[in-house]
Amino acid sequence: MSSRPVFRLSPTSVPYVLLSPFVLLFLVFGVFPLCFSFYLAFQTWEPTAGLASMKFVGLDNFAFAITDEWFWKSLKNTAWLALASGVPQHLIAIPLAYFIHTSFKRTRNAVIGAYFLPYITSTVAIAMMFSTLFSTDYGLINLSLRSLSNLPVLGGLFPVDPIDWLNRAENVKPAVALVVFWRYVGFNTVLYLAALQTIPKDIYEAATMDGAGRWQQFWFITLPSLKPMIYFGVTLSVVGGLQLFEEPFILTGGRGGTDQAGMTTAMYMYRTAFEFNDFGAASALSWLLFVFVALLTWLTNRAFKPRGPSA
Amino acid sequence: MRSATQKFKTAARSWAGLLLAGGCITFAQAQQSITVAAYPAVDEIAKAAVAQWKKKYPTVEVKVVSRAFADHHTAMTTALSTSSNLPDVMVVEFGYVARFAEGGGLEDLGIAPYGIKAQQARFVPFAFRQATAASGAVVAVPADIGPGTLLYRTDILKKAGVSEAELAQSWDAYVAAGVKIKAATGAYLVAHARDVKDIVIRSDIKPGEGLYIDAKGRVLVDSPRFVRAFELAKKVRDGKLDGKINAWSNEWSEGFKRGTIATQMSGAWLAGHLNNWLAPDTKGLWRASQLPEKAWGSWGGSFYAIPKGAKNKALAWDFIQMMTLDPQMQLSAFKSQDAFPALVDVHNDAFFDQPIEFLGGQKARLLWREASRKINAVDVHKLDPIAEEIINTEMDKVLDQGKDVRTALADAKALLERRVKR
Repeated sequence: MSSRPVFRLSPTSVPYVLLSPFVLLFLVFGVFPLCFSFYLAFQTWEPTAGLASMKFVGLDNFAFAITDEWFWKSLKNTAWLALASGVPQHLIAIPLAYFIHTSFKRTRNAVIGAYFLPYITSTVAIAMMFSTLFSTDYGLINLSLRSLSNLPVLGGLFPVDPIDWLNRAENVKPAVALVVFWRYVGFNTVLYLAALQTIPKDIYEAATMDGAGRWQQFWFITLPSLKPMIYFGVTLSVVGGLQLFEEPFILTGGRGGTDQAGMTTAMYMYRTAFEFNDFGAASALSWLLFVFVALLTWLTNRAFKPRGPSA
Repeated sequence: MRSATQKFKTAARSWAGLLLAGGCITFAQAQQSITVAAYPAVDEIAKAAVAQWKKKYPTVEVKVVSRAFADHHTAMTTALSTSSNLPDVMVVEFGYVARFAEGGGLEDLGIAPYGIKAQQARFVPFAFRQATAASGAVVAVPADIGPGTLLYRTDILKKAGVSEAELAQSWDAYVAAGVKIKAATGAYLVAHARDVKDIVIRSDIKPGEGLYIDAKGRVLVDSPRFVRAFELAKKVRDGKLDGKINAWSNEWSEGFKRGTIATQMSGAWLAGHLNNWLAPDTKGLWRASQLPEKAWGSWGGSFYAIPKGAKNKALAWDFIQMMTLDPQMQLSAFKSQDAFPALVDVHNDAFFDQPIEFLGGQKARLLWREASRKINAVDVHKLDPIAEEIINTEMDKVLDQGKDVRTALADAKALLERRVKR
């Protein structure tokens, strides 16, 4: 009988070996880029000339970014899009979750699945589908509007001329916001549904005994119980909204649309680095964006913090 | 008991070992091969050339790494910036040549051991100049070019009673023809008013002047050619002569298919794209003419370069010579992929005299050949991409929000000067 040599890890090193794939990947793709972009924010660099061409410039990149009107324009766009797509997400998702929770029994999962589907669909596919829908001359949206405008009485409410959704500055933002809203409303609905299931039934029973109506139950029981989840959902929306990139990038062909009306800060950052070849300024922009994200997250935290007796 | 650091080191060592083993395998395979990094359709041309390459080097593999157009240049920028994963042969598109030249990460092919300068006369002048950096280094060899012409629909013109001479005589005549076309057929003159601006700002550039910024860093965007370009584009928009359609969009190809776009200024290759997939059913309805007011311009083109960090430079150079200096190779790329040859040697080939079926039997290659000799090389500046974005944004404001042309150009100048001063 021959004994095969067995490769054995000592029990003490097992946790480290098992953890190492994540730790390594996190170091390479998480920590390193973070540190590198911080370092880059203080350098000027011609990337095609190699790493040696970096020169320290102090706070120049930050000074440039703060006085750059395009940066502020992109921030305004981002804030607009985050509000216009974020607020309705929650205003719709909460009642929708409540409705699904109370009204669907057997088909519940199918309904949730349908609402969740956009969230797990590839952004590129979504953006391509919507750019087809939004197409000025051949898009389904404009075709429907046109046929609606032919209706006998209500026709006057709808525009006769095709609307240029993605090529007019005033239309780009609503169009992008609609896509973002459509994409994430299902995700938030699932969050709120999960939270709804944790509210004990007996509270509702007690309320019914006390004579509270459906609306009162929603307002005084459901909504306060959902508060922790609202905090979580709003934080995700704030962070996600401020980093919005894919949807406007693809819908506007990478340029941000006419007069850059749909150019978010994340897009401007990307373009500064890879189109305009200014990695230093792009890194500075990314850290400024981080400051805004941190600030708004902190404010969200303040707004939802449980108030103690003294406050 | 060993310390935690030691344990971590052991773990790290086993991982490092694995990575090293992987690296050795790759290295062993890389012994007898060269890599060519390219984008469509240059990748097809390079792949088609492998057969001939094998006749000379039966044992040397050619690996063509193909990426989408934008990804290719992002990947090449990253490779140059870190001097890692560099291909032996790098295909560079027209718009990126100067940018890469500036960085100094590409070999100077003008001097020994390459010496392409001795062959300069064999190339279309503007393409060769485009690859010459301010320092005099020739960083790439032109393979194909995109001499610009105006493609137009004869059927639409006939319906509107507009002759070719009328269309292309001057920019004003071009716009006037657009009014007639719109009135008679409802078709747009151009896809986007911006297209007119793009070519007018490129015409009438004095030698050494640069497009947006001159060599001394002076911003030129309020010069007469910009004023004229903006005013013409505004005239096109005000007359509702453009479809506000961006190139390569769904509307663009639908516009060609349905005949709602009467003319398109573009490189020679567009006729091929129209024939192959954009609008094959419009065969015979298109013709080419020189651009309005004999504005000579070009759209795109490909170059071959060797990165300074490449491993097999001698083989890479042989490959590049085969692709750019071999008449047969240049002609076959022209025939199969509509890659208009940058090599002047082949410009007198019988293929140029053949009629093009898609263009109703017109001998359009002669037009493109004529254009290729007249196009001027435009000096490039590293801020050109941002300058283009600034100009396009101000153009949007003029077209969509009725901003005054001179105010818009003054604003563009201020924005750009701020960048130049950095």
